[in-house]
Amino acid sequence: MSTSRAKGSYLTQPAPKASQPPVQREVEVVSARPVGAYVELTLAAPEVAQRAQPGQFVAFAVGGPMTANLLRRSIAIAGTGEGTVTVVVAPHGPGSTWLAERRAGDTVDVVGPLGRPFPLPGSGTTALLVGGGYGAAALVGLAGLLRSHGSRVLAVTGAADAARLCSVEELGAVADRVEVTTDDGSAGRAGRVTVAVDELIGESGVAYACGPMPMLRAVADAATAAGVPSYVAVEESMACGIGVCMTCVLPVVGSDGQTRFSRSCTEGPVFGGDRVRFADVGSLPWDVVGADAMGVVRP
Amino acid sequence: MTVLDTAVDMTTALGSVPLVGPVLTASGCSAFGQELEPFVDLTALGAVVTKSVQLRPRSGRPTPRMAETPSGMLNSIGLQGPGIDGLLAGELPWLAERGVPAFVSIAGTRVEDFAELATRLRGVPGVLGLEVNISCPNVESRGEVFACDPLAASDVIAAVRAAADPAQPVYAKLSPDVTDIVSVARAVTEAGADGLSMINTLLGLVIDPDTMKPVLGGVTGGLSGPAVRPVAVRCVWQVHQALPEVPILGMGGIRSGLDALQFVLAGASAVSVGTAVFHDPSATARVHRELAAALAERGFSSLREAVGYAHR
Ligand SMILES: Cc1cc2nc3c(=O)[nH]c(=O)nc-3n(C[C@H](O)[C@H](O)[C@H](O)COP(=O)(O)OP(=O)(O)OC[C@H]3O[C@@H](n4cnc5c(N)ncnc54)[C@H](O)[C@@H]3O)c2cc1C
Ligand SMILES: Cc1cc2nc3c(=O)[nH]c(=O)nc-3n(C[C@H](O)[C@H](O)[C@H](O)COP(=O)(O)O)c2cc1C
Ligand code: FES
Repeated sequence: MSTSRAKGSYLTQPAPKASQPPVQREVEVVSARPVGAYVELTLAAPEVAQRAQPGQFVAFAVGGPMTANLLRRSIAIAGTGEGTVTVVVAPHGPGSTWLAERRAGDTVDVVGPLGRPFPLPGSGTTALLVGGGYGAAALVGLAGLLRSHGSRVLAVTGAADAARLCSVEELGAVADRVEVTTDDGSAGRAGRVTVAVDELIGESGVAYACGPMPMLRAVADAATAAGVPSYVAVEESMACGIGVCMTCVLPVVGSDGQTRFSRSCTEGPVFGGDRVRFADVGSLPWDVVGADAMGVVRP
Repeated sequence: MTVLDTAVDMTTALGSVPLVGPVLTASGCSAFGQELEPFVDLTALGAVVTKSVQLRPRSGRPTPRMAETPSGMLNSIGLQGPGIDGLLAGELPWLAERGVPAFVSIAGTRVEDFAELATRLRGVPGVLGLEVNISCPNVESRGEVFACDPLAASDVIAAVRAAADPAQPVYAKLSPDVTDIVSVARAVTEAGADGLSMINTLLGLVIDPDTMKPVLGGVTGGLSGPAVRPVAVRCVWQVHQALPEVPILGMGGIRSGLDALQFVLAGASAVSVGTAVFHDPSATARVHRELAAALAERGFSSLREAVGYAHR
């Protein structure tokens, strides 16, 4: 992303806040179902379900009351039902592995819904939805909402291999078209999601993406190059999920054209794709607000 | 509220300023309070201790800023914040409008910065007092942390006490990374500190076995959470023993009411809950409830009676 871009030349506006505040509840797992490499958990969480909007996430305490892993684990909301919330968990480190081991009847402490939801386009706008790995799950609710607003929905879901694909059927049930890609060709087309994105972006009026950062960057770049606004749900390391610790920041260009270290949990996870400075993640560019006070000066 | 905990008088004070309860947030662990509003009644807290503010807005350090550790975490946020103008225009009025008392943490890299911050905060509505974060590098002393040098630390506190509103108590926040915390405590009290906040984080380092490099962008970070609690309780104990008249705001790994009780028994008249809030956003209210119940069970009719009890 160019840092010299003029204030008005962004294709997106920052995503607005959610309409309702989060709650903290001890909730029961009503079902746990393996889906490929992941586990889908359905939770009896009526207050979270009632408040949730597509793009938002929940934050779990992990390990039980005596746990030594104190930080919350953020997981995207994959769907809501009658008083229930569904999440798709990929076992990774200790916390997500513990979550993936939960079974029906277990209870978990959950905070949510958190973060800003995906902003919706004008009714009738064709929308391209791109999900990488378990990130596709977070797009199912969005697909349904877009359809009900009269949008045509094109979906692309990709993963490293067939076992890591997610929500292909669910997306198929709501989207007008679904393209599947895998890096190893074990399902759908061989290659990255970008193969399909490049074909479909031209007929889209807005793009949405959820998945690993390199994928988000590729989708955002393709959309921006085609003059299409894009919204990405980022995944940045989080400690609290509620906005109090400042660990989850990314360099993001605000509506005033200035770059700030913005909290992914409360100012995201949904950001305008052309507003996230992907190339600068993990560094401190001189033009981030307050970099001068850190001793970083204009080169 | 149970019958048990309403029976205990939980009021306390920061210096001369009365507090409705002994549980506060910890600086940098609850931002400026706003985000906790869905989870706790902020007006029932002793106070919101705000994220350390400096004169100018600060971006903070690049990511990664955090590493989870056994019963704790390492952070290197780098004091990201709006600067004093932003604080005075946005966060402090928000707290004041809601009647939420603010204990404002200030930080700087030279003595004059601290004094200027104290001046700017004089008479600001809702500001109960100042917590002086002296765990900052001193630019005039090749980056040595103020809190590690009794002389530099007392220079800061003397300047802040002279500049600050006389009605606002000044607490010096001490670092545990010193050989003799009592000598620093004594120096800052002689320089005019009305109380002591202890402890700040301990310097730590985590190396990623895969990349074989430090996890944090800033290499080292501050260790917090229950892992540091025994160190914190020891610091409170030693300082209270040496300076029994000096009020202490105790913190470091408090997760439950019984944890808070240890600090009170060691000599703290109020406590801050930091990292535990990341685990449980309603931790401050829960710790208050559990502490009240624990005091009642032990036959105390007021919190004040229990302060320093372990020394008697
Ligand atoms: C908004 C959002 C939505 C997410 N949605 C999903 C999802 O739907 N399904 C899923 O399986 N995972 C999801 N993740 C990633 C998930 O949070 C991490 O995989 C998980 O926290 C790792 O915890 P751990 O104990 O297994 O690993 P560890 O590496 O031991 O975690 C240590 C600490 O780092 C944090 N952390 C580590 N990796 C990540 C990461 N990638 N993102 C955020 N925090 C991290 C953890 O919260 C924890 O505090 C999401 C992350 C975010 C930010
Ligand atoms: C993420 C994070 C940010 C912090 N920021 C500050 C700060 O800005 N100023 C300060 O004086 N202490 C800061 N601290 C230290 C805490 O206020 C507290 O002293 C310390 O974490 C020990 O308490 P705890 O174990 O309950 O967290 C921070 C701690 C953490 C974990
Ligand atoms: S995760 Fe704590 S501020 Fe975002």
